[in-house]
Amino acid sequence: MKCYVPTDAPPLEPARLVDDFAPPLILPGAHKLCAGCGEPAAMRAVVEMIEAMGFTNRTVGVFGIGCYTSFSPGLDVEVMQALHGRAPSLATGLKRVHPNSIVFTLQGDGDMVNEGLQEVIHTAARGENVTCIMLNNGVFGETGGHMTATTVLGQRTKNSLEGRNAKKHGYPIKMAEMLAPLDGVAYVARGATNNARNIFRTRKMLRGALAAQDQRRGFSFVEILTMCPTGWFIETAEAPDYLNDKMASFHKMGVIKDAAAAPA
Amino acid sequence: MSAELLEGSEAIARAMVSAGCRFFAGYPMTPFTEVLEGMAKLMPDAGGDCVNAESELEAIGMAWGAAAAGARAATGSVGQGLSLMQESIAELCFARVPMVVLNMARGQGDYYQATRGGGHGDYRTIVLAPVDLAEAVRLVQLAFYLADKFRNPVMFMGDYYLAHVFEAVDTGAVDFGALPRKDWALDGSSSGTGNARIVSSIMPTKRNAPVYVDYGTYLETSGEKIAVMERQMEPMYEQGSCEDADCVIVAYGTPARIVRYVVGQLRAEGLRVGFFRPVTLWPFPSAQLVAATRSARGIGVYELNAGQMIDDVRLAVRDRNAISIGGLSFDSSGFGIAPELTPRKVAMRIRKFMAESGQGPGA
Repeated sequence: MKCYVPTDAPPLEPARLVDDFAPPLILPGAHKLCAGCGEPAAMRAVVEMIEAMGFTNRTVGVFGIGCYTSFSPGLDVEVMQALHGRAPSLATGLKRVHPNSIVFTLQGDGDMVNEGLQEVIHTAARGENVTCIMLNNGVFGETGGHMTATTVLGQRTKNSLEGRNAKKHGYPIKMAEMLAPLDGVAYVARGATNNARNIFRTRKMLRGALAAQDQRRGFSFVEILTMCPTGWFIETAEAPDYLNDKMASFHKMGVIKDAAAAPA
Repeated sequence: MSAELLEGSEAIARAMVSAGCRFFAGYPMTPFTEVLEGMAKLMPDAGGDCVNAESELEAIGMAWGAAAAGARAATGSVGQGLSLMQESIAELCFARVPMVVLNMARGQGDYYQATRGGGHGDYRTIVLAPVDLAEAVRLVQLAFYLADKFRNPVMFMGDYYLAHVFEAVDTGAVDFGALPRKDWALDGSSSGTGNARIVSSIMPTKRNAPVYVDYGTYLETSGEKIAVMERQMEPMYEQGSCEDADCVIVAYGTPARIVRYVVGQLRAEGLRVGFFRPVTLWPFPSAQLVAATRSARGIGVYELNAGQMIDDVRLAVRDRNAISIGGLSFDSSGFGIAPELTPRKVAMRIRKFMAESGQGPGA
């Protein structure tokens, strides 16, 4: 389905004020990411849930490096910028100094699984009361569509032109399933932003993770599958279905762990 | 508080707690391990936290998070571990996060690493190099003060000797004066107020900030900050019998302690030799060195490496010749315990240098 907006005449309806629909924790202005990107919806879900749970005036976000980094000046949320892959350690230091704060990290699959895998694993194993959020689009989106450690088999990227091949490129990592068995981990889930229903499910997962942190049950993790039509080299409109068919069949959605508390 | 006989690593740990350090993270590596042990012991009673991090990368990351949260935070390692921390040290300068980084060096091969840094971009860190424990317990506290003052990492440079020598020292708090409140620090309280704070090396302001700063402008002001530190930070140094010296020997850290002693002995014998010790390795006391060596015909640099600080000496004295009279000296432990570092051997080197430069007996 293609939709054309005529630009040679004034619009038939007056323009609407989009700011009226913006959540309170997003400052006026537009994001700079590509059309069809799945990250803005994920970012919005995160800040909406922080507000809905009443955590606004004690929340700090620790940002990794990726396209989503450009959200940081646009949020009315305190932000600490980390180096690529290092956000969980910064979150640890901050949380230890302010145990009553709500601390989340925002990282991509390149940031968390490629560059900073050891950081997140140890933070999880220590049972730090922080929430790590991974936006997983299966590529290095910001550099223009290169293979990451979560790129699914068969997926074409700039450095797996014929598709990811296990013999040549190794197997992708299922991050949520890898973290879940660790004793320090209270909550693990995987959602997606490819349609309204999945965004709704993802919001519930974020609620579960932030609740676990608030109740000091240990480390919580939400992986959110997001579209990257630019980095996937497909039409924007095809991206939600591509996510569903190619990514979510391997990185399966759902709540993977919701433990009452970490073992003593 | 009064003086107490303490081992160096414990004295440094106590002084850090006195300075208000409430978060410490580190990865064990001798001779930094000993300070980490001290902090692990002291922090619970001080109401702080000491984390045995899983790597140096995580150690400096945790200290970063704690420092950005407003706490006085420190980490450290030896030169090898600091190699792993270089990326963060550089980025901490751009993010303007104050932190104290202990560099319990093995030998003196890490002078370049400490004063030039191995990270990316235009940045500098103040480097303080004590000669003994009395100075160390003061300088490590000064390091926290300077870090807060300039919102920049400050490096404290010790070594195996400093970590293990026993001296009677007073590790009580030293007052260096008032500092501005850390109104930039993060605790979540400004979220949702319309003025949420941000501590970032690349996005210095929120997009609704009254004064929006773009990345290019921010990098320029980061460069200007180096000049501000150089202007406001008075270089520290020690000198002895330089006024009428034919030869001045330049040394820093533990070796300077031996050199200082030997120069005193040679003076007693009637040799016109002086001694100059940079305490701040950055900013380097260049003008002070020029003044101290005005009458000298020979400048010898004693350092336990292949010649690193000599670059700074040469930059200071320009067209006058400075000669390296130290050299690599390691025992098999690799901890930088130098077989060369005895008064007798140091005296031999200084005598030889003076003779060769035509200033001493036998010339």
